[in-house]
Amino acid sequence: MLLLLRWLKLFSIPISKHRTPRVLLVSSLNWPAPTIEPHTLKQIVRISETLILPTTTQRSHKARMFTKNPFFKFFSSVKLALSTLCLLSLTSIIGTVIPQKESSSWYIENYGEFTASIFQILSVPDMYNSWWFLGLLGVLSLNLVICSIDRFPGVWKQIKADNLAIDLKRLPKMSLQKTWSSNLNIEDLRKGLSTIMTSKGWTTEERQHGDNLLLFSQKGALSRAGVYVVHTSILVIFLGAIIGEIFGFKASLMLPETHQTNIVYETGTGTPIELGFTLRCDRFDIEFYDNGMPKAYRSDLVVTENGIKTDEKSIVVNDPLKYNGLTFYQSSYQGYQDFLLTVTDQESKVVETVILPFQEQTTLSKHNVQLGIINAQSIGQTTSKMKVWFKDDSGSASVFWLDAGDQTTIERNGRKYTIAGKQLYATGLQIAKDPGVWVVYVGCGLMILGLYVAFFMSHRRIWLLLRETDKETTILLCGSTNKNKTGFTSQFTSLCTELEAKSKNHGKNSV
Amino acid sequence: MNSSQLLGITTFSYLFASILYAIIFIFKAKKLGIVATFFTITAFLIQTAGLFLRWKESYEIGYGHAPLTNMYESVVFFAWVITLLYLLVEWKFKTRIIGTFTVPFAFLAMAYGSFATGINKEISPLVPALQSNWLLAHVITCFIGYAAFALAAGLGVMYLIKNTSTSKATTNDETIIGTLPALQVIDDIIHKSMVFGFLWLSVGIITGAIWADSAWGTYWSWDPKETWSLITWFIYAITLHARYTRGWGGVRIAWLAIFGFFAVLFTYYGVNFLLSGLHSYGSS
Ligand code: HEM
Repeated sequence: MLLLLRWLKLFSIPISKHRTPRVLLVSSLNWPAPTIEPHTLKQIVRISETLILPTTTQRSHKARMFTKNPFFKFFSSVKLALSTLCLLSLTSIIGTVIPQKESSSWYIENYGEFTASIFQILSVPDMYNSWWFLGLLGVLSLNLVICSIDRFPGVWKQIKADNLAIDLKRLPKMSLQKTWSSNLNIEDLRKGLSTIMTSKGWTTEERQHGDNLLLFSQKGALSRAGVYVVHTSILVIFLGAIIGEIFGFKASLMLPETHQTNIVYETGTGTPIELGFTLRCDRFDIEFYDNGMPKAYRSDLVVTENGIKTDEKSIVVNDPLKYNGLTFYQSSYQGYQDFLLTVTDQESKVVETVILPFQEQTTLSKHNVQLGIINAQSIGQTTSKMKVWFKDDSGSASVFWLDAGDQTTIERNGRKYTIAGKQLYATGLQIAKDPGVWVVYVGCGLMILGLYVAFFMSHRRIWLLLRETDKETTILLCGSTNKNKTGFTSQFTSLCTELEAKSKNHGKNSV
Repeated sequence: MNSSQLLGITTFSYLFASILYAIIFIFKAKKLGIVATFFTITAFLIQTAGLFLRWKESYEIGYGHAPLTNMYESVVFFAWVITLLYLLVEWKFKTRIIGTFTVPFAFLAMAYGSFATGINKEISPLVPALQSNWLLAHVITCFIGYAAFALAAGLGVMYLIKNTSTSKATTNDETIIGTLPALQVIDDIIHKSMVFGFLWLSVGIITGAIWADSAWGTYWSWDPKETWSLITWFIYAITLHARYTRGWGGVRIAWLAIFGFFAVLFTYYGVNFLLSGLHSYGSS
């Protein structure tokens, strides 16, 4: 919303069908200039509005570092930047049209032997990691670095400039300026006017120039650095990506319920990677909406170190488990034809879990009961119901249907058992270690900040020159901005009106 | 009254508003201007109500999510932002002619959503990957960017029309073209729209990356949609640099605004239908 408002502020050029006729600006070398009536000021404002476009013509020529060395000259040029960005855009298209990272036989099958071999030579099947694409990104980075080294010192000089040391002859030549006189003395005016300025956020500094007293105030000087924040942010993002590439890895894992592991396998290469701790999946569940679409995939993960539980989390897509710099993402699953059954003896509260293949009988050692799944109903890969055969040492077996994921309690000769059953799943996990991701996010933050500053903030400067003559004090107010001239013009105009009113107030309100 | 009725009315109101703006432009019927604005505002309000109602309905069905999750909902939102931005520009600049070149975008987006085959208008539940607040942030920011670029493209067309006729030196205030804002002014709004869009597109790409990271563990995987959004971003970066550092303006920038918008459209629609990738939800 704030941005929306700022955007509107940008749009502050009134539309007039008739261009204001060009009138010579009231600027002459022999300052003080003649007094300007308020309506004339308005005209000046108008003229300056129509003159400000386009922005580019307003750029001052800044001091540059590299003007001789051809290497630096080449890499500091914006032409190179434009060419590199064009090349990046064009070549990026290739990888969106030709599927990436397929097997080499796949390319031969789909494009023919000859084309496929050319693809291999040019690394088209993995073009975003190819030497030439990374090379282009490298050129862009070098361009950014050298361009910044080239230009930033000049910009920094402007930010740090001693604006009170300005050549007074330049003041009346500024596009925004106004002269008037007052019969207050210079000291009262100084106090009164700087109070008004300060109350509007324009804190003033001052310096004596012979007979003249110069006051200066500025806002947003640092905004000149905004572009460099944007450019640096791109390098920071690249740095983060490189850190991730070097020190991180991506791996995946299929972990059946109740199983545990301390090894995962790197994506692509299949290299085993030691976790340094043990990861167990206690349970995997799929929830569905009424219309059959999947609502949630959930894995209950437990981390143990040396047999001691150190962390646990029920993860879903978009909410991974983070442990020891590794992140475990819910990414897929696999259904088995086996069943996971949990039997609880309601008297002793002993719980036992078994994995049971279809139509096989097993004996639970803790309870001394026998158990089997003698029938099941499935839709595709998903089992919805199972028929359980259950027997302990008291009499004939109980046989009953159980909904997958549900539980039931049966009573046998005074003993109660609760039996929960579900289809056995393996949860598919993506594992990522990326120590660079925070660097990337810092870069992203810097980019947004930098763009905001570069686009919506401007360096505004205001000078106020006071000179006492015999009877009166002449006042020259002038201002300049590097961007958004219209917005500044209206600020300048209203400040001007206030200051003028104050100085004509014959000391009534003066401090 | 349900949300699909409201959104249906919106489509026709935008059509009518577009026709009104065209009449104002072609027949110099300035007096109709206020009617066109009134109509556009009404359509916008109906659409706003429609969006909120759809949101509410999704809670009644039990799916409960903001209406920003499939192709249909995104085109409706796109149209909504275009109209919002246009109305702000109209209000700020006190000129209605711009509507002739921008309101049709809102109509076309709505018409596409309503009539194109293969667009599912049902309120459907969110599959697990889409259950993220980053997704919301991603869609909203991207579409603000896209809408600003649509505005820039419409203004680009306007610039080129005005420019061709101006160069024939037949223009005065009495001709159709004379009612268009000054070239410099159009140029300036084009630039500002692109700057605005660029900022939002940047935020959109970043929030998309954060979403991908929280869902899959990779903030950037060069899938076609991501890559095309980056290409679009490059195109506007090139345009801004050409302007800032090489002094491009006027006709060239107008063409780039139009060209850039084609990249936006391809990122938005083309990728879903011509290429394949992670963003397959958009194709239903
Ligand atoms: C995709 C990458 C890039 C992005 C997003 C980007 C962004 C920007 C932005 C937003 C501005 C506007 C500043 C303003 O408002 O005045 C800018 C200006 C500029 N950029 Fe870039 N830039 C990129 C790459 C480059 C590269 C590689 C160079 C290398 C030469 C470069 C050189 C410049 C220069 C010289 C300016 C003008 C600075 C000024 O006016 O003081 N940019 N850039």
